[in-house]
Amino acid sequence: MKLPIRLAAAVLMFGLSSSLWAQSLAYVSNERDHTISVIDMATLEVVDTFPVGQRPRGILLSPDESLLYVCASDDDAVQVVDLATRRVIDTLPSGEDPEQFALHPNGRHLYIANEDDALVTVLDVETKRVLAQIEVGIEPEGMGVSHDGRWAVNTSETSNMLHWINTETFEIEKNIVIGSRPRHVEFTRDDALLWASAEIGGTVHIIDVESLEEIHTIDFRIPGVNQDRVQPVGIQLTSDGRYAFVALGPANHIAVVDAQTFEVLDYLLVGARVWQVALSPDEKTLLTTNGVSGDVSVIDVDKLEVIKTIDVGRFPWGVKITSGSRS
Amino acid sequence: MKESPLSRCLAGGVFLATCLLAPLTQADTLEVRFGYLQWQPDRGPALARLTPEPEDAGLQGAQLAINDNLSTGRFLGQHYQLESAILGSEDALLEALAAMLDADIELIVLNVPTTTLRKASEIGGERALLFNAGARDVSLRLDECSPYLLHTVPSHAMLTDALAQWLNVRRWRSVFLISGTTDDDRAWAEAFRRSAQKFALNVVTDKEWTFEADMRRNASAELPLFTQGPDYDVVVVADERNDFGDFVPFNTWLPRPVVGTQGMSPDAWHPAIEAWGAAQLQNRFAKQAERPMTGTDYAAWAAVRAVGEAVTRTESADMEILRDYLLGDDFELAAFKGRPLSFRDWNGQLRQPVPLAHPNSLVAMAPFEGFLHQHTELDTLGYDRPESRCRLRD
Repeated sequence: MKLPIRLAAAVLMFGLSSSLWAQSLAYVSNERDHTISVIDMATLEVVDTFPVGQRPRGILLSPDESLLYVCASDDDAVQVVDLATRRVIDTLPSGEDPEQFALHPNGRHLYIANEDDALVTVLDVETKRVLAQIEVGIEPEGMGVSHDGRWAVNTSETSNMLHWINTETFEIEKNIVIGSRPRHVEFTRDDALLWASAEIGGTVHIIDVESLEEIHTIDFRIPGVNQDRVQPVGIQLTSDGRYAFVALGPANHIAVVDAQTFEVLDYLLVGARVWQVALSPDEKTLLTTNGVSGDVSVIDVDKLEVIKTIDVGRFPWGVKITSGSRS
Repeated sequence: MKESPLSRCLAGGVFLATCLLAPLTQADTLEVRFGYLQWQPDRGPALARLTPEPEDAGLQGAQLAINDNLSTGRFLGQHYQLESAILGSEDALLEALAAMLDADIELIVLNVPTTTLRKASEIGGERALLFNAGARDVSLRLDECSPYLLHTVPSHAMLTDALAQWLNVRRWRSVFLISGTTDDDRAWAEAFRRSAQKFALNVVTDKEWTFEADMRRNASAELPLFTQGPDYDVVVVADERNDFGDFVPFNTWLPRPVVGTQGMSPDAWHPAIEAWGAAQLQNRFAKQAERPMTGTDYAAWAAVRAVGEAVTRTESADMEILRDYLLGDDFELAAFKGRPLSFRDWNGQLRQPVPLAHPNSLVAMAPFEGFLHQHTELDTLGYDRPESRCRLRD
């Protein structure tokens, strides 16, 4: 009969279209499982796990959130995942062993750190052509691009340096030595400051972007935790300039820092060997990847409390959260 | 893709020469010159030597570190050079050392036996800062110290402490100890006896291996009888040149694991280490040397990298300034073992985690949680300040 079929079709269409509506999702790269876990931010549960290339580490969302870029380090490639189908649809020539990368605000220039080759590769994601390869220090990892697009900053882990790259000329204009084993960099929303973590140094360095000078060093001390275990890696800054969240590695804590005074306000206990952190676009939730315990901690930013732990794959590394304004 | 002369040179892995860059345009380039000297006496006939220590072990490590320093240094106006030689006798080595000193090379890495190191230290005096990347004798850390001699290779005591800590953690506390009869074997065994006492192990049987027979065909006949005795959890072997040690596993009377100089061994480094970013170091080394990185390579690498780090932080190439910084409180070296390394200011020993590995995989890394120390757990391995009569700084 036609009516039930039309009714069924209408219900089906309604069901389909509601799945196209706002659904904020978090994507987590599992370094040793070679997969991406998908977490529904409403229910805080893993809804899917899909395979990608070998040793996925850094991940990035395209500006329209329809694509996920994945550094498949052991495949020597940046993979492009179509998030609607959750399939790898393309591979970009990234240079060898890409670990982390950053997308220029123009949405086209991808700055990739090639860890094994002491290079930064600049790729045009539309034409898939390498625009430049810049020689940097040993074991480049962290990559950050300022919101105004002027600077790309790369960290060299073993050279202990920040390389400031002019995004027009692709040349290094300044090199700043910071603490031992720099990992991650983040620009403040207004690009006035750059935050950089030094893993073995146990410090976070604040650089004034105008003068390109370091203005502050943050030390972390957690009662009962051996200082050698305090190893800062990932950093996230709230866009209102209020908080900075720093992952402290085998100290198993997140430091909550007042982004104005640089004082540490609190330490939140999460899983084992916390590496990276990501804020939800509404900045109400912070997710952390806990490499050794294989899970993700969920932090309520208003209450500054850990509210949940979600099991993902082995050695979760990168995490990015969509706003859900598009599927 | 831009391919600079530097990347081509580094990729080529030059053996004795250095990767000299095109002249830097900065007028204030810091020149840092290193020497690397190696002499290891022939170890005698090795019956079970299937994988001998590479002849350039140590040198390749120093070479990689120079390249690492160069890669860093070119952003900072620093230039590094390495002059190196592998000699055939102690006399030749001491001559080469004197020549380096005359050529004003003040930073020298040595891979030599203990007796040679003592002589080298006397010749060097205060003219050069020497780095010991080969001699593990504890006497050099206990009472024969020089303010101009730093050790990057772990001592016997550090190695056996690492092993003993692990045996304690696993509760494999009764030990059947077999020691060879060379001086090196006896030194290793003596260090282990001390470690056993320190970490509450019980050496129930302590025997020397006195057979001179060729064990290649007789091991399964001789060893079970040799290893009979009161019950034990583990067999510890002290056989530095591998005369009999590799024949012990699976030939013991009781089914027991074998550790020590064979079986699962403590060393400065192991090719299987890949955590803490070590995979990158292993890759760079293997690309350059076309073989895996050994403990001796690591010790030489650490010495040259430590200086590179000191040069960057002090912005100086002056030997005395560097020496001061290396022994100071601020110095730390990120060396792929998961925590910063530094030098003990009483005896110049580089404190470091010690891996325990068997030929194909890493088992664990000492020090282990639970062994407490008021300053740093790394000092639970080896001779701590109150135990050593050395005082380089006071």
